[in-house]
Amino acid sequence: MTNAAMPGTYLEEGSGPRAWLLTTDHKRVAWLYLISLTAFFFLGGAMAVLMRIELATPAGDLVSDDVYNRLFSLHGIIMVWFFLVPSIPATLGNFLLPLMIGARDLAFPRLNLVSWYVFIFGSLFALFAVVAGGVDTGWTFYTPLSTLYANGWVSTAAFGVFIVGFSTIMTGINFIVTVHMLRAPGLTWFRLPIFVWTLYATSLVMVLATPVLAASLILIVLERVFGIGIFNPDLGGDPLLFQHLFWFYSHPAVYIMILPGMGVVSEVLPCFSRRPLFGYKAVAMSSMAIAVFGFLVWGHHMFVSGQSAYAGVVFSFLSFCVAIPSAIKVFNWSLTLRKGEISFETPMLYALFFLALFTFGGLAGLFLASLAVDVHVHDTYFVIAHFHYIMVGGMVTAYMAGLHFWWPKLTGRMYSETSGRIAATVTFIGFNLTFFPQYVLGFDGMPRRYHTYPPEFQFWNVLSSAGAVVLAIGYLMPLFYLGWSLFRGARAPGNPWNATGLEWQTSSPPPPHNFETMPVVTRPAYDYDMKGLEHERFSPHQEEAAG
Amino acid sequence: MSGTESVAFDTPQRERRADTFAMWVFIGSEAMLFGAIFLVFLVAHIDFGPAFAAASKHLSLPLGTFNTAVLITSSFTMALAHMLAVHRRWRAAAWALAATSALGICFLIVKGIEYTKEISDGLAPLLGLPFRYTGPDPVHAEFFFGLYFTMTSLHALHLIGGIIVIAGMIALWPTSTPANRLRRVVALGLYWHFVDIVWVFMFPVLYLINR
Amino acid sequence: MSFGIPFFPQEASSEAGHVDALFYTLLAFSVTLGLALTGLVVGYAVKYRVGSPADRTGKRSRSLPLEMSWTVVSLVIAFVFFGWGATLFVRRDHPPADALEITGLGKQWMWEFRQPGGQREINELHVPVGKAVVVSLASQDVIHSFYVPAFRVKQDAVPGRTTRIWFIATEPGRYHLFCAQYCGTQHSEMGGWVTVMAPEQYAAWLNSQSEGETLAASGEKLFGALGCSGCHGASSKVRAPSLEGIFGRPVALDNQQTVIADERYLRDSILKPKKEIAAGYEPVMPSFDGLIDEGELQMLLAYLKSLSRLPKAGAKP
Repeated sequence: MTNAAMPGTYLEEGSGPRAWLLTTDHKRVAWLYLISLTAFFFLGGAMAVLMRIELATPAGDLVSDDVYNRLFSLHGIIMVWFFLVPSIPATLGNFLLPLMIGARDLAFPRLNLVSWYVFIFGSLFALFAVVAGGVDTGWTFYTPLSTLYANGWVSTAAFGVFIVGFSTIMTGINFIVTVHMLRAPGLTWFRLPIFVWTLYATSLVMVLATPVLAASLILIVLERVFGIGIFNPDLGGDPLLFQHLFWFYSHPAVYIMILPGMGVVSEVLPCFSRRPLFGYKAVAMSSMAIAVFGFLVWGHHMFVSGQSAYAGVVFSFLSFCVAIPSAIKVFNWSLTLRKGEISFETPMLYALFFLALFTFGGLAGLFLASLAVDVHVHDTYFVIAHFHYIMVGGMVTAYMAGLHFWWPKLTGRMYSETSGRIAATVTFIGFNLTFFPQYVLGFDGMPRRYHTYPPEFQFWNVLSSAGAVVLAIGYLMPLFYLGWSLFRGARAPGNPWNATGLEWQTSSPPPPHNFETMPVVTRPAYDYDMKGLEHERFSPHQEEAAG
Repeated sequence: MSGTESVAFDTPQRERRADTFAMWVFIGSEAMLFGAIFLVFLVAHIDFGPAFAAASKHLSLPLGTFNTAVLITSSFTMALAHMLAVHRRWRAAAWALAATSALGICFLIVKGIEYTKEISDGLAPLLGLPFRYTGPDPVHAEFFFGLYFTMTSLHALHLIGGIIVIAGMIALWPTSTPANRLRRVVALGLYWHFVDIVWVFMFPVLYLINR
Repeated sequence: MSFGIPFFPQEASSEAGHVDALFYTLLAFSVTLGLALTGLVVGYAVKYRVGSPADRTGKRSRSLPLEMSWTVVSLVIAFVFFGWGATLFVRRDHPPADALEITGLGKQWMWEFRQPGGQREINELHVPVGKAVVVSLASQDVIHSFYVPAFRVKQDAVPGRTTRIWFIATEPGRYHLFCAQYCGTQHSEMGGWVTVMAPEQYAAWLNSQSEGETLAASGEKLFGALGCSGCHGASSKVRAPSLEGIFGRPVALDNQQTVIADERYLRDSILKPKKEIAAGYEPVMPSFDGLIDEGELQMLLAYLKSLSRLPKAGAKP
């Protein structure tokens, strides 16, 4: 990294392990997260590849039952809690939030660093469970399987996740206070970039939902270690109680995971269309609506669990309601392109792919919200397809969009545009090949978490496994060309995309305290139409002339 | 960075407001944690009312009441510490903080005595210990005691956390700036009052059903 | 099934067609909306690409009437689908009056059904066509789920309570039964078949449930489902005595004594495995006391005895 450092930037200010591991600079903390989260992404991804290889044939011949069950459990635990939940907030959010609002740092810089250490401690605690022999309860830890019957390191894994939850809450508190109290003069709420709105909404959910996960996991550990029978019918307890507690957190958790991605796309689409975001207020308010409504729908994971039909009807109704704000956003994003000057740089490609894949996954959600259909497809590959379309097709794609959009700001370098476009396209093709067949499999009745399956399901499984290989290649590519850019990429000017937003008004990379002078805001967000249609786009050949 | 601890803030006053706001957000988070477990208890109470009422009678009302009084007094000394800090009477404020933590430790000791008694009476369904409950519906009474131990130990953990932070604050008292001292007392005061309020809900819910 | 590629699942129950109608309507709606949005976005991307001569005057970046319209339309469509699904769903709670009552017990890792006349089935369920069937589901250990894709029915079996599910099979045939709630090691093998027969054949089948042969076959299934083959099987990684020809054979114990493996020995080995340890083996076998009942014990014993009767045939454990 020292080779690529530029004088006067945050990258240059102090080098060596202490300067990074004891930093309170939000930009460096963002890098700490970025590196750890990338490692977890590939670890969880490796488990998925193993699973898909096993599933290419109906028989369970690659790994044993127990190993397969541990693979899918750990894939879920790692991807959900050690990658998706922190991903955009802890990396791009940490880096950009103060810059976007004109602040020198987050409200509590030391708390930020502590949150990373708590994350590392908790995730390594849980990883120890992996190494020691694995957990096979699924990431959902349903009782009484997890409390009374599962072998393996359930308490260790649960406790590790419990600890990581504190990291999430710390980040949430930090972001909420920062947005309330550190906005630059003139930056009113309705001039904020949508990325800030979504981080704010995400942080509210983080702070209010994660404690319920903590309660659920504590109760599991108490039952396993101390024998207290909250979920044990023989001791007067109720297994369904766990599901209510768990999903009360885990449904809002999926909004923690997707809202920041929606924010990123709301930044990228206007920039590469040269148009303001269509319906700014609607998009901002729908982000808040998603956060609130997200707390009311948890029972749609439990339609066939034994909960009453009356409860099912109520939750189904509310689940249809929660789809509406997301639909509103999709319409607004689509209309942003109208009468613009659209170009297809890598971030834009990812953003457009997000639009397609998120919409497709969201439509599948309507099937699942629909009670009678859910009875058939619940706990099948239909559900797996749905949430991977949203989480991977949506969230990871948005993450890539953001990473590529703000890479020049983070590193001061440009990456190879050709490589970026190829990788984006490869992931799009690979993703659809992997997960579209799973909708069919689910409708045909293949249950999830199955190590072996009847032979008639093989055709779609083979397609899906082939897709997984392509997808893996698409995700590995950025490791190489982004890494390469750190050493050989063209130097980026302050605003290579000619984008709006305060983060682009400072150098790439920024100085340690972000701005030389405190900016004052007088214009709305996304004032691309006031900037005119000039299409000055940075090109590596103009590095001397630009910035 | 004029007198503020965090580089982000321009003035100590703004930093104090941010700290207070952050503590309120944290309290909201904690309310969800205790709320989740209270909700579990309430649902169970509705389902198994008589068993819970009978089991509740085996808790020590005198010790519980005494503990409630101790904790409320500790909130008073905490508020005193805040008032003294506002008036810049730093030594007296430190003594008030010490009194708060002493009362907290007293609470924990009494709670420990209660636990010991309950375990020796065979009312603690933990670690496979024998459960010797002689009233009606022992299965659901056992559930009551399971919840009782869960809720009170979670509360006690939060109390221990608060006591440790007070101890740290007192240790750093001589070397911290007045602005930092005041800011921390305000934030910690909020937390301490919250932990007290949790107990004020927990006590009647556990000890006073059907008395 | 088109070109041997599975796509449209079979509809074999009275409700399946209704569920599919809703599913295919949702599909049509999704495809239509998806194509429309794709067309719009691709259309804009092409028409308004950089340097294109399209007319860009009269731009707007907000429109309250548009926002209201698409919100209201989305809500209306959503509520239509909600109502449709809910109406079908609440029928689950109202089985027809004269239904056949079957009990289903899920346990790791098998299903055990009992017909009204007491006949037992392991991982198989025979039902008559055209008659309502109610299955009362219970679980002995963890949460399982009774799922027959062809019937479009699914219901979790939860320990500590009884849940119910009903269906009317409309087509004779054999249909997959899956466990759809992850329940541990052999979750994917915890399945079987629902066989739907014409009423006369069903009655004949009920009458023909004979003891001897079925017991050993049921025992063989139990042997696999309870995980016995996990240790006593040929490819097991755990060292456990082979059960080939076990019945009536002398067994050397670790206390220098020798016993004959009779019914008593076999029972005790299953229920109290630490009572007598075979020489040269570790005492690691778990006890099945409380996990299997007398009837199942009978089946296992019948199966183990059959391993002697057929020394060469494929009766390997």
